[in-house]
Amino acid sequence: MHELGVTQEIIEVVAGRAHERKVKRIVLEIGRLSCILPDAIRFCFELCSEGTVAHGAALEIQQPSGRGRCRQCGSEVVIDRLPGQCGCGKSDLEWLAGEELRIKEMELA
Amino acid sequence: MCMTCGCSPEAEITLTDMQTGRHARLGAGAHEHHDGHGHSHSHEHGTIIPLEHNLLSKNDRLAERNRGWLAGRGIHAVNLMSSPGAGKTTLLERTIRELGAELRIHVIEGDQETALDGKRIRAAGAAAIQINTGAACHLDAEMAGAALRQLDPPQGSVVLIENVGNLVCPAMFDLGEQARVIVASVPEGDDKPAKYPHMFRKADVIVLNKMDLLPHVQFDVAAFERAARNLNPAALIFQVSATTGQGLEAWREWLRAGAKGSKL
Repeated sequence: MHELGVTQEIIEVVAGRAHERKVKRIVLEIGRLSCILPDAIRFCFELCSEGTVAHGAALEIQQPSGRGRCRQCGSEVVIDRLPGQCGCGKSDLEWLAGEELRIKEMELA
Repeated sequence: MCMTCGCSPEAEITLTDMQTGRHARLGAGAHEHHDGHGHSHSHEHGTIIPLEHNLLSKNDRLAERNRGWLAGRGIHAVNLMSSPGAGKTTLLERTIRELGAELRIHVIEGDQETALDGKRIRAAGAAAIQINTGAACHLDAEMAGAALRQLDPPQGSVVLIENVGNLVCPAMFDLGEQARVIVASVPEGDDKPAKYPHMFRKADVIVLNKMDLLPHVQFDVAAFERAARNLNPAALIFQVSATTGQGLEAWREWLRAGAKGSKL
C-alpha cells in the first residue's frame, strides 16, 4: 500500500547523497513483518527512478526474518507469517526483529 | 508528494475548525523533509556510502513530539481505527453524550473528504477539528500534530482521534497516541483479524460493534475473539452496540482509567 511513497523516499534520500553521481547499487533492508512488498518496491523503483541518478541502479533487497520471543516459555521463534506460533503452542510473542524498513547503503558508479 | 504514503502533490490536506468553520491547509510547504540532505561525510569519498536511513523515521520523530506535547498537558489521546462503516463516529457520538462533560472529550476527525463527521461530533457536543486528507489513506503524525495544536485541548482532557476508515495503512503510522483502538463490526464478518493481522496485532482495545445485529448475520463471536487473541493476547475486547448502548460500560471505564492515568 505504501510502496510508492516509500520508493520515492528511497530515491530522494539516495539522490540527495549522491551529489549528481550515478548510483550503481542500493541495498535495502525490508523485514518480513514490515507490511512492505519487495516486488512492489522494485516495480515502483523502475517507474520513479526515471530521469534521476538512481535510474538503472541494482536494488539489493535483504529480507530479515521475523523473530519473536515467546512470553510463555521464553523460546525464540522465527515468524515468517502472522500470527506466528511458538513450539509450545502459544502465540503470545514479543517481536524482536522483522519490521526493518531501511536503506542500508548505496554504491556510486 | 508525501514521501511516506505516496499521496499525490495535488492532494491537499485541510484542517477545518468545526467551532469557527475556518479552514487551514497543511500544504506541501508545511511538509518537513528528510534530515541529512547534502551532508558531506568523510566516508563518502569511497564508492560505498553507508546510509542506515530508517524509512519511517520522520513520522516516528513527529509522533514522539506529539506524545511529549500530550504528556506535558496530561492529555489522554486515543487513536481509533477501523474499516469504513464499522461505527467509529457513532461510537464517538454516544461516548461524547455520555462522557463528554466528565472527561472533557475533544475530537480529531480524519476523512479523505467532507466535514460530515466533524458536524456529527459538533452536534453531539464536543469540540472537533476535521482533517481532510485528500488522497491519503491514513492520518500521520504531522497531520495529528497540526490538528492538536489547533484544537488546543485543555490540560487533563481526552482527545479521541478518528482515523481514516482503512484496516491496512493506519497500522504503520504512530500518531503519538497513548492507546490504539480498533472498531470491528459484526456485519464485516468474523475473519477480519485473520485478514488484517498487522492492524489487530497493534491494538490495545478491540471494540466489537453492532452486537445488536448478531441475530441477523452470520458471525461467530468466539471465532472472532480466538483469531484476535491469537494475534494479540493482551488486547481487551469489548462487545458493544454503539446504537443501543449495549456493553458500553466497560468501554467507558477503560476511557476513564486512561484519562486518569494520563493526568499530571
